[in-house]
Amino acid sequence: MSRVAVLKGGRSLERRVSLRSGAQVEDALERLGHDVTGIDVGHDLIARLHELTPDAAFIALHGRDGEDGTVQELLEILGIPYTGSGVGASMRCADKVLAKHAFRDAGIATPDFFAFSETAFKQLGAADALQAIELRLGFPIVVKPADQGSALGIKFASAAADVPAALVAALSYSDRVLLERHIAGRDLAVSILDGVALPVVEAVPQGEDFYDFEARYEIGRTAFVCPADLGSDVTDAAQQLALRAHDALRCGSFSRVDLMLDGDGSLQVLEINTIPGLTETSLLPQAADAAGIGFDDLIARILAPALAVGPEPR
Amino acid sequence: MGGSGSLGTGPRGSRAGRSSAHELTRYAGLFAARTREMTSSAMRDLMAITQRPEVISLAGGNPDTTTFPPSSFAALMTSLAASSTARVLQYGPTEGMAEVTECIREVMAAEQTQVDPQDILVTTGGQQVLDLMCKTFIDPGDVIIAEAPTYPGAIPSFSAYQADVIQIGIDEDGMLIDELEATLDRLELEGRRPKFIYTVPTFQNPGGVTMSLARRRRLVEVAHERELLVLEDNPYALLRYEGDPLPTLLSLDGGEFVVYLGTFSKILSAGIRLGWAVAPRPVRDKMNTGKQGVDLCTSSLSQLFVATYFAERRWQDYVDELRELYRVRRDAMLEALEQHFPAEATWTRPQGGMFVWATLPDYIDTTDLLARALEERNVAFVPGRAAYVDGRGGSSMRLNFSGSSEDDIREGVRRIGEVVAEQVALYGTLTGQRPAETPAQRAPGVADEDLADVLHLPRRERRRREAQ
Repeated sequence: MSRVAVLKGGRSLERRVSLRSGAQVEDALERLGHDVTGIDVGHDLIARLHELTPDAAFIALHGRDGEDGTVQELLEILGIPYTGSGVGASMRCADKVLAKHAFRDAGIATPDFFAFSETAFKQLGAADALQAIELRLGFPIVVKPADQGSALGIKFASAAADVPAALVAALSYSDRVLLERHIAGRDLAVSILDGVALPVVEAVPQGEDFYDFEARYEIGRTAFVCPADLGSDVTDAAQQLALRAHDALRCGSFSRVDLMLDGDGSLQVLEINTIPGLTETSLLPQAADAAGIGFDDLIARILAPALAVGPEPR
Repeated sequence: MGGSGSLGTGPRGSRAGRSSAHELTRYAGLFAARTREMTSSAMRDLMAITQRPEVISLAGGNPDTTTFPPSSFAALMTSLAASSTARVLQYGPTEGMAEVTECIREVMAAEQTQVDPQDILVTTGGQQVLDLMCKTFIDPGDVIIAEAPTYPGAIPSFSAYQADVIQIGIDEDGMLIDELEATLDRLELEGRRPKFIYTVPTFQNPGGVTMSLARRRRLVEVAHERELLVLEDNPYALLRYEGDPLPTLLSLDGGEFVVYLGTFSKILSAGIRLGWAVAPRPVRDKMNTGKQGVDLCTSSLSQLFVATYFAERRWQDYVDELRELYRVRRDAMLEALEQHFPAEATWTRPQGGMFVWATLPDYIDTTDLLARALEERNVAFVPGRAAYVDGRGGSSMRLNFSGSSEDDIREGVRRIGEVVAEQVALYGTLTGQRPAETPAQRAPGVADEDLADVLHLPRRERRRREAQ
């Protein structure tokens, strides 16, 4: 039995999902016989951890602070082993722009893109380059905050007139914005666990909206098919590409890689989530289940590397 | 269902056996079709982080209950215990206790509306009236007419019954009756008859506007001509800070086609969850039957608490006190808006109630704006889209002035103004121009989108002032 702190909540936009993930994880860890303490991450995080001296921290945080290396760095300083990816990989994946550059450098297909900071628009007249970008990417363009994990702030621009408002929206969440060519196709997610790609999940939007990002992980508004109904060659290709992406960004023992399969059957990587949702309807638990790995087993496997490290700083 | 949600009965953590994603999604397969409409939204994710203590929240819809003296509360409860402990602890009649029905008639009399006690149904908050109306009238796909914007809390009630909500625009005189009639004509051609028209005619939530007497008369006429029910939701009318009271739709109608929704929430306490409906007898009886299945009866403790409180005959003094408190807060908010919101913004100037509705240029999405306001300025409001079922309202926001101190209101509005100014400047940079026309410069009431921009009163006033 080990003493495990489950870090959840926090002040990110994904607070609610994180609280649900955290509660699921706590239940599983208790069933596994661990001594579990849930911590809603706030100003007293360090004090709580000092007091608790856990053998390991299970990070069930999503989005800013929890998934971007911030909390990981603090745990490094405190010498508390933690689950998932290290500081560097967390930073690379949380930042969609860094991640896409890393994909490109590693020869991993990712939709064409350009990225700007708010400063570039304000100080360097980047707005004058918008037309060239639009020409290069073609419409529709997806406009995303660079480092914001939830669906909030992601907009479609189907014509040039939509772009400025979409930029204002995306820059509400981040000081940098990503303009990405939209790939029409099927929306796939491949979860990686201990160096193995799990069965592919396909998210099939049920809504009338051509693509409502906010509906994406909402059960009832999106149907999830796992294993996805793909030929074995496409499945293999998706799993291999996801593994390559996971390795290229040096992610830890688990992650979820989001991919698009376009009409020509080619695959492109959109992003990697280093701490994907762990709620009842989340994709990683579904994929693990399809591979015969129950939820408790999944949580045990995510925790194992942290416990193996021991209490020394890494 | 929370994290420990399960079919098991043990305390949290004691549930035996393995839980898997597969098992958990199995519940989703059992959900009723209507739950498909009961989704949580990204906006709710956003609202979840407005609760932080450092946040100045103008997002709430709360009355200020700190003004009710604890000593009075204690005295009331003591007196209640001495006189009625057994009754307080007991079930009551579904339709409500006679004592509280009398209190309701007193409140209605203060609204210049006489009601027959037989027409009153005491409910668990006014919100229950919305549910019971739907339970009584709405089959899946039935039409409910509402205002645009409408009370955000009504939307989940309507969606739970799979109603098709059609929203009619409002301006400074309330619901646009011409648009209502055109919509009713269109629906008639389609062979669809709305089950009821939902309106908050006085100090509307979220719009802050009040339906004019002429439109009240016309709405009641329309209801009579077409034999349609109107649900008059009237929680705020006694919180009037200026101007003359207007008759309720119920009093204009004489109780034929208007169902009235009242509540003690804004004049005494929201926490006691005590509201009421006044409805034509057959409707009231059917709602009463519906209520039986929901909760058998409204809390006896709450009902007898109100009866005891009203017996002291000081309830109107407390309402006077609230009126004074909120009037000052409203003034603080309107002043702060003048001072801190950019020229491109418009907002309503409520004569009462709890809310101001502000509309920004249409390139600003207030859901995204809220994310920035929370992250960088620790201030919150309700994004306008919450008040629409059809995606409109994206550039509007609801601001509450009853639940915060004057200082917090001024500071909160100042902070929101800063974020808005940033967005306006950024848009100007991105488009290489000063942002274009403002709503006030457009011809009134031409395109559908314009209906989202409710009012331009303050701008006119400002111009008038400048002209002087």
